[in-house]
Amino acid sequence: MARVLDQDRELIASDVSAWLARHESKEMLRFITCGSVDDGKSTLIGRLLYDTRQIFDDQLEALEADSKKVGTQGAKFDFALLVDGLSAEREQGITIDVAYRFFSSEKRKFIVADTPGHEQYTRNMVTGASTADVAILLIDARKGVLTQTRRHSYLAQLVGIRRVVLAVTKMDLVDYDQDAFDAITTEYRAFADKIGVHDWAAIPVSGTAGDNVSGRSERMPWYQGPALLEYLETVEIDATADASKSLRMPVQWVNRPNLGFRGFAGQIASGSIGPGAEVRILPSGRTTHVARVVTMPGPSDAESDGDIDQAVAGQSVTVTFADEVDCSRGDVIAAAADPPEAADQFEATIVWMSEEELLPGRGYWMKIGTQMVTAMVQEPKYEVNVNTLEHLAAKTLSLNGIGVAEISTDRDVVFEPYAADGSSSNRVLGGFILIDKSSNSTVAAGMINFALRRALNIHRQHLEVGRETHSALKGQKPAVLWFTGLSGAGKSTIANFVEKKLAARGRHTYLLDGDNVRHGLNRDLGFTEADRIENIRRVGEVARLMADAGLIVLTAFISPFRAERHMVRRMMPEGEFIEVFVDTAIEEAEKRDVKGLYAKARAGKLKNFTGIDSPYEAPENAEIHIDTTAMSAEEAADFIVGRLLGRK
Amino acid sequence: MRSLTHLDRLEAESIHILRETVAEAERPVMLYSIGKDSAVMLHLARKAFYPSPLPFPLLHVDTGWKFTAMYGLRDKVAAEPGIDLLVYKNPEAEAQGINPFDHGPLHTDLWKTEGLKQALDKFGFDAAFGGARRDEEKSRAKERIFSFRSASHRWDPKRQRPELWSLYNVRKNKGESVRVFPLSNWTELDVWQYILREKIEIVPLYFADERPTVERDGLLLMVDDERFPLGGEQPALRKIRFRTLGCYPLTGAVESAAASVEEVVAEMLLTTTSERQGRAIDRDAGAASMEKKKQEGYF
Repeated sequence: MARVLDQDRELIASDVSAWLARHESKEMLRFITCGSVDDGKSTLIGRLLYDTRQIFDDQLEALEADSKKVGTQGAKFDFALLVDGLSAEREQGITIDVAYRFFSSEKRKFIVADTPGHEQYTRNMVTGASTADVAILLIDARKGVLTQTRRHSYLAQLVGIRRVVLAVTKMDLVDYDQDAFDAITTEYRAFADKIGVHDWAAIPVSGTAGDNVSGRSERMPWYQGPALLEYLETVEIDATADASKSLRMPVQWVNRPNLGFRGFAGQIASGSIGPGAEVRILPSGRTTHVARVVTMPGPSDAESDGDIDQAVAGQSVTVTFADEVDCSRGDVIAAAADPPEAADQFEATIVWMSEEELLPGRGYWMKIGTQMVTAMVQEPKYEVNVNTLEHLAAKTLSLNGIGVAEISTDRDVVFEPYAADGSSSNRVLGGFILIDKSSNSTVAAGMINFALRRALNIHRQHLEVGRETHSALKGQKPAVLWFTGLSGAGKSTIANFVEKKLAARGRHTYLLDGDNVRHGLNRDLGFTEADRIENIRRVGEVARLMADAGLIVLTAFISPFRAERHMVRRMMPEGEFIEVFVDTAIEEAEKRDVKGLYAKARAGKLKNFTGIDSPYEAPENAEIHIDTTAMSAEEAADFIVGRLLGRK
Repeated sequence: MRSLTHLDRLEAESIHILRETVAEAERPVMLYSIGKDSAVMLHLARKAFYPSPLPFPLLHVDTGWKFTAMYGLRDKVAAEPGIDLLVYKNPEAEAQGINPFDHGPLHTDLWKTEGLKQALDKFGFDAAFGGARRDEEKSRAKERIFSFRSASHRWDPKRQRPELWSLYNVRKNKGESVRVFPLSNWTELDVWQYILREKIEIVPLYFADERPTVERDGLLLMVDDERFPLGGEQPALRKIRFRTLGCYPLTGAVESAAASVEEVVAEMLLTTTSERQGRAIDRDAGAASMEKKKQEGYF
């Protein structure tokens, strides 16, 4: 037993170069298999690997031993054991994660994302499906179309997979009965029409017996279609279609080895690029022409410089421009005549992937293409029940929840709607992930449906008297001094001293105090996590307006969450946000307890009190750090004024 | 318009991964083990950043027991312009004279696993490229391309980040580091084909030649230098090559006549045993050996 099909053996033995040349020109197809162990998924994949000669003798020996020990097929090979990876899974008898497998046939090389089928693994299936051209859904011939079949179809459709194959497994256990198969396809057809899956095929198979897996089965003469492998070898590949669309290339990295070379590196999402092409850099909108498409000289072009005339979708390249235009990581190089749009508000479908549920209003990192922005998700418009496809009212999303919500970003994002046409260019500029700012974990995946307002069409009212004029008239550089710390740390006291000292020096200031703002602007907000986030967002916006007016703004808010302080920092021009950490140990603050709040919180009369039953996330790199046990409030104020006025 | 072959696509994906890491990590490094996968990874990195020199150093975690020919290629690569190669040897293992003949699994543990952790900590690297492929071994098949490690370098298979599209979340918590595997989706055959297509230089030991050997525990070992303790055995000249390279006392050879990449590929395709079979390391602790090693911080 060797690694190649029997008909190839001879050619390899006699002329391996010829075989290699043929193999080298193979295309690549990525597909996902969805179903549970009970459906015979691992068995089917194991059979595909076995039939295409991907299994070595030593692996077969191990399989034989394992089959006897833990297999479920008695004396026969348990093909499922070939693919069930981690020891934790073997013990539980389930596949807990996405595993990737590789095999090739006569015509193509395949990458399989193997994902488990249970509802609690929606996250994994979406992950595996995100890179797939085709989805294979497994249906046990004895059980028919189940809830999970509908769920898998919906999820495949959601991430834009256009082609679905129903592998109706275990046909051997229903005596290869055509009626059983037909009943399943009839039922599925009705459902597929309803959700808009148009390009699908159904194949009756048996993984254990090998029917219609790599070759057509003689036991089912009533089935005229292709075997599974045949289907996979001939189905159209999405990536090939991308090259004929308009150019999109997100810039990953600016290549500057010396002053004479400035190249922009990235992978082409769609279209093609070559010298002379007119391109537009987004979001700035500047246009220029491509000068060179640079690649490293290959072994065969000893004399040439490695430049190429044309690069197409899928390739990773480095380009240079005819003019010196601003372009950096996160920008998108696009066809000048047909650029994508930019916007900062979207409707998106979101798949929640974290055990910590969505916090509407909280700022998350959003990575889309090579752009990294801060995004806020509103309360979902609805959540989708993945089994019934009903829309349910929802205030948040939890692990494996799928919902539709509005998202706003802190700056313009170059995007394309993640339309369900399955093309990879739309995946690149329409698919995004959300990252929690404190844990840095990936908490959600999303797909942009459409922009709510087009930033390119809406210009802010241009103000004749701008922030420069305001600050020049006042003879000062505006700033926001953001005091943060526990209740009772001394934020307001110190901020008051600072303001008095600045006023004495003729500076124009304004102090926004937490307690005062809550009596007016934010009187509608309570102390839940979501309200505290909104509280800080509003104060941030007000502080920004005042700084635009040229003022030195002082704010004294507990502002316990790093993410929100960071959000305000991002609203301000570089250098104008000065975070002042008023650092007092909780024991000390509780001892002072000027307002008697700690006592109340300890007595359970105050909920969500920072330091008691709600966390305080201390700043990691505050511009100014005040240790209140080491200096008095007035000394701290002098120190802060010195630092503020000493700014460049 | 040309359509891309599977090798073109794999190359483009690897380059994308290399660039994302360099754009987002603070202090990346490339683990260079001198093997064929390292050679391919290094070649891809050169392509990714051309015409700039590599924007990160190479790190060889040495055990002192690699084949002489491996050190030859390593030193040649180190001498090339634009290459900054660091060599790290675990001082404890060196002081205790840990070696594969006397210390068994402890050799791998101290020199490689511990050595790697020490080197990453010492230089403060926060992202390390490795040449591992998912087709090599079952636990690798489930590992992400960006694989996070705790401050103590442990891998937790149940806490892996979902990896969607080609969007990689490179952000780390304090003390965490990330192992990045640009060759995740390559197979052994892809690697060989790419070596052939790109004419990449690899250690000559991958090609058959007459070499002094002894047979031990079913493994054909090469007597690479005078440290090999011969208990009365007489090394025999055999025409052999290696399918994978590591510490010479732990790496089994195969008898072969394949002296070129093409011949190696032909032999590989017609062979009946998998690539890692010649490696003692996978068999140390039974079926879950590699998974366990990875959890402990092995690359």
